[in-house]
Amino acid sequence: MTAIQDTTVRSQPRTLSERLARLAGRSPTHIILGLIGFIWLVPTIGILITSFRPSADMRATGWWTILVEPRFTLGNYERVFEGEGMLQAFINSVMITLPSTLLPLVVASMAAYALAWVKFPLRDTTFLIIVAMLMVPVQVGFIPLVTAFRESGTGLLTNYGAVWLAHTAYALPFGIFLLRNFFITLPKDLIEAARIDGASNVGIFRTIVVPLSVPAIAAYGIFQFLWVWNDLLMALVYAQRNSIQPMTVKVTQLLGTYATEWSLLAAASFVVMIVPLIVFISLQRYFVQGLLAGSVK
Amino acid sequence: MATVTFDHMYKRYGDDVIAVNDLNLEIADGEFLVLVGPSGCGKTTALRCVAGLEDISDGRLLIGDRVVNNVAPKDRDIAMVFQSYALYPHMTVYDNLAFGLKLRKINKSDIDKRVKEAAGILGLERFLDRKPKALSGGQRQRVALGRAIVREPSVFLMDEPLSNLDAKLRVQTRAEIARLHQRLGTTTIYVTHDQVEAMTMGDRICVMRDGLLQQVGSPQDLYDNPVNIFVAGFIGSPSMNFAATKAEGKDLMFGGAKLELTGAQARAAESRPAGAEVLIGFRPEHIEIANGQGGSAVRFPAKVDVVEYLGNEELIHAQAEGNEIVALLPSDRKVAVGDSVDLAVPMEKLHIFDPESEKTLVG
Repeated sequence: MTAIQDTTVRSQPRTLSERLARLAGRSPTHIILGLIGFIWLVPTIGILITSFRPSADMRATGWWTILVEPRFTLGNYERVFEGEGMLQAFINSVMITLPSTLLPLVVASMAAYALAWVKFPLRDTTFLIIVAMLMVPVQVGFIPLVTAFRESGTGLLTNYGAVWLAHTAYALPFGIFLLRNFFITLPKDLIEAARIDGASNVGIFRTIVVPLSVPAIAAYGIFQFLWVWNDLLMALVYAQRNSIQPMTVKVTQLLGTYATEWSLLAAASFVVMIVPLIVFISLQRYFVQGLLAGSVK
Repeated sequence: MATVTFDHMYKRYGDDVIAVNDLNLEIADGEFLVLVGPSGCGKTTALRCVAGLEDISDGRLLIGDRVVNNVAPKDRDIAMVFQSYALYPHMTVYDNLAFGLKLRKINKSDIDKRVKEAAGILGLERFLDRKPKALSGGQRQRVALGRAIVREPSVFLMDEPLSNLDAKLRVQTRAEIARLHQRLGTTTIYVTHDQVEAMTMGDRICVMRDGLLQQVGSPQDLYDNPVNIFVAGFIGSPSMNFAATKAEGKDLMFGGAKLELTGAQARAAESRPAGAEVLIGFRPEHIEIANGQGGSAVRFPAKVDVVEYLGNEELIHAQAEGNEIVALLPSDRKVAVGDSVDLAVPMEKLHIFDPESEKTLVG
């Protein structure tokens, strides 16, 4: 009788005290997790608060003093956006990141399909060579690529072209590797059934493989988005004109000019950070699923 | 509808694996042919060659009058039912059925008509909006069949379609497929490792082993006149008893017992030199308990080991001249463990094989 009551209590807490009791049972894990999360968040919170504080306050006291004397201003954001061209840099970041995410996504998923399910000579060797390219560091390409872009006479270095192509090229080995290993786990019968039903390779890719691989493709998309958005090095090298430089470059310039103006830097940094945070939080379901891609089916 | 012809077809993997070895077989228009054999015998490979999922190494494959060696699967006018069903998990039952038709650019109202018709035949009307994961195994199996029949192909290929079902559902679906074949009359090639499925469903059965065709014939033909030891042992359940004997003129010596033969069996024994080893085979269900009188039957003594009661029948395991013999007898014979009995096999039910070539010596 008591045992039965126990299970009812555990499965459906009705009163407040029951809920509290249940929470207490789980609390050690939750407290520890919460604590770790909080420690990780402290610098971010610090930047967020600093970005809203007047410069004079910022120089005099630490950001935690807002607890006793809260004083906020939007002035830092106004200066960063209007005076320092952060708005244009934000637009540039978007203009660089979206194509540099979509292009490798399309090319890598198609290549991955071919390497997984289309029979052609030297298929596995090709795949091995592509995987080997994962080991090529980005720095190796700087001089030859910039020279090639410049000498091509296409003006790629003065518009977004060069940075799109460079990001795409460096993203492909990993994308192909990840997606091919996911696609290959799809049941063979399914692909063959579609083939007998009359689907071409393009048809199988579009109607069977892509819909069944959304978590893996989305995970790779998020990876690539975050990578490009946060990238500084490639942007410095391949986006050489001031008017096309992304926010990461702009923040380093601010660092040089206003090394002591923490509140300006904080506002700029927070603008850089907020987009990946939104992307990650809104798509985290796919991200967590996709991280398992290829390892556990 | 169409015939399917294997013309000296080979399928090799690398240099030393021959999955299908010189297969020569003609399947008539509207025929239900079962390819049967133990796993690894090449039956599924042969089927996949017909589907176009495997390339042929040598020889020709014809569907109707057309050589299809290099024709893509989608242009062969075939439909295949997979062992795993291979339903598209992200599509509803309706879309699964309509998928092949959409790809063939058939207009919407025709697709709708054909999908509903197939769903009607298979009792799937209620499930058209569901996804495969919300269906039971039997329902999924019917969707897989439905996907094949909506296409109205000239040949159905079925790769062990019942092996994922439980025993009861298997019997039920077996009948359903047979009924479907009677109704549609489409040429069907059906692969199974289960000889009961082969016997109950096939117009003709083709027994394969190690890539080689062993025998093709009607179920009764295979049961009555197996051409070799393998087919004799594979077809029929419980399987045939085999025992070693020695030729002695028209007769055979079975340990101490002399088996007196007549007719074709006697001629077979006579064809062997005296003292040469000869293998005899007889089915459990053909064994009787000798009741003293003569008649044209061979008889030998045996001692009962184990009796398995099956209801109206009993499976008797007995020792005869050092061989284990299984006999299927009506339960009312009241045979008990430890009994010594005289067993008899009607002369025309006795098979005689050459132990070296493993081929039959009768007929």
